Amino acid sequence: MSVAAFTVPTVTHSLSKDEELAEKISVRDLDFFYGDNRALKSISVPLYRGKVTAFIGPSGCGKSTLLRILNRMYDLYPNQRATGHVTLDNANILSPSQDLNLLRAKVGMVFQKPTPFPMTIFENIAFGIRLYERLSKSELEDRVKHALERAALWEEVKDKLGANGLSLSGGQQQRLCIARTVAVRPEVILFDEPCSALDPISTAKIEELIDELKDDYTIAIVTHNMQQAARVSDFTAFMYLGELVEFGETTRIFTTPNDRRTQDYITGRFG
Amino acid sequence: MTMSDHTMKAFDTDLQDLSRMVAEMGGLAEKQVADSVDALAKRDTALAQRVALADANIDALQREIEERAVLTIARRQPMAVDLREVVGALRLANDLERIGDLAKNIAKRVMALNGEFPPPKLIRGVEHMTDLVLQQLKLVLDAYGGRDITKAMAVWRGDEEIDAVCTSVFRELLTYMMEDPRNITFCIHLMFCAKNIERMGDHATNIAETVHYIIEGHPIADQRPKGDTTTIAALRTAG
Repeated sequence: MSVAAFTVPTVTHSLSKDEELAEKISVRDLDFFYGDNRALKSISVPLYRGKVTAFIGPSGCGKSTLLRILNRMYDLYPNQRATGHVTLDNANILSPSQDLNLLRAKVGMVFQKPTPFPMTIFENIAFGIRLYERLSKSELEDRVKHALERAALWEEVKDKLGANGLSLSGGQQQRLCIARTVAVRPEVILFDEPCSALDPISTAKIEELIDELKDDYTIAIVTHNMQQAARVSDFTAFMYLGELVEFGETTRIFTTPNDRRTQDYITGRFG
Repeated sequence: MTMSDHTMKAFDTDLQDLSRMVAEMGGLAEKQVADSVDALAKRDTALAQRVALADANIDALQREIEERAVLTIARRQPMAVDLREVVGALRLANDLERIGDLAKNIAKRVMALNGEFPPPKLIRGVEHMTDLVLQQLKLVLDAYGGRDITKAMAVWRGDEEIDAVCTSVFRELLTYMMEDPRNITFCIHLMFCAKNIERMGDHATNIAETVHYIIEGHPIADQRPKGDTTTIAALRTAG
């Protein structure tokens, strides 16, 4: 089995013969440093519009780091820097002139642990909308309702919108966070281990949600759960020690990976 | 490609057990085929009876393999090469079970003939076919045991010869039947036996394809070689 040097990912896809894949986000030759530590090494990977891309790999391989670059989360910390090219609709988001608030409205993120604000369910969602838009009360209510519906939470909370967000169950809190992300009408949603703190039923609901959301958004998900990656994603990227080892259609990665390291990882043979 | 062990050792044991059971089933199937044709050649009704009874062992093994495979999928969620190993075991068990059934059918025909003794030359073609199929079966089980793609491909290409011999056996039996109508009953039975053996060859080819799939992860790309033109040949001879 040859381990070809990875440059620009080429994909032979059988998703649908005449389906055009458009790169919503393009990562090219991306390096990332925590101080002097080079955490990502020449990463090149596309995120296709309307597709779910899963990032898998052992802890510390850089997948969460990569995700945090896509909405410049790392800017919040000192001594962290990225070099290379990351474009969102052909605009370089690593540029110092990039408006970070605008970027983060376009590229939403859902974290491992649900992080509702200590305020009412309604306010949890309205808060973000108010940052970007000035809406009338009824328009705002519509937007909150719509976001909760998109996150498959509306039926469960419609009678208690005034209750504290923290009073919800873990799975509901996570869907509240997804609703909050959806409410500001992003174009890309990043999920960083969104189900690792959830029970199987809540996990199934989130996965179902991701499946529904992908029609309207470009989605990236970091997960340690291989079956989850196989279930929800269209494309999978396997990362190891800061490198992108293999990228391709999920169906192929999980049945016939090209690289020995990918195979060892997904079959549970990693040393 | 040598494979390192799973982090979870019990997973390796599961896969090894499956593989061992399939190999065992293969051994049983080989013996059944050899015995059934042996019984046919010697008109040995007692041996034929033993073959018919022994088929239950193969069936039992198949059920066991299915259960173990399903359990392994449920418990380990195998991926990539592991998944192919498990699915491959299921498919192999299926083909081997069919081979066992075909041998049993030959044994039943021997019992139906009940010691009738036509000239031995009639049976030579069928014996020759059996030799070829047994070679194929042995080679393909070796290919599975050693995960050997070269051997698997050799089996896959070798089926053409069996098909060709089958066609010529059919033609030969047809002439015997035309020569002397008293040969008809026996020749018809022999024709079915020959067809059974030809089908065993097809199953060996299936197994070769499965072995290829287990190793490579995709089906064989070429067109499957076909040498079976029995129907056409038979019609022509009759006409």
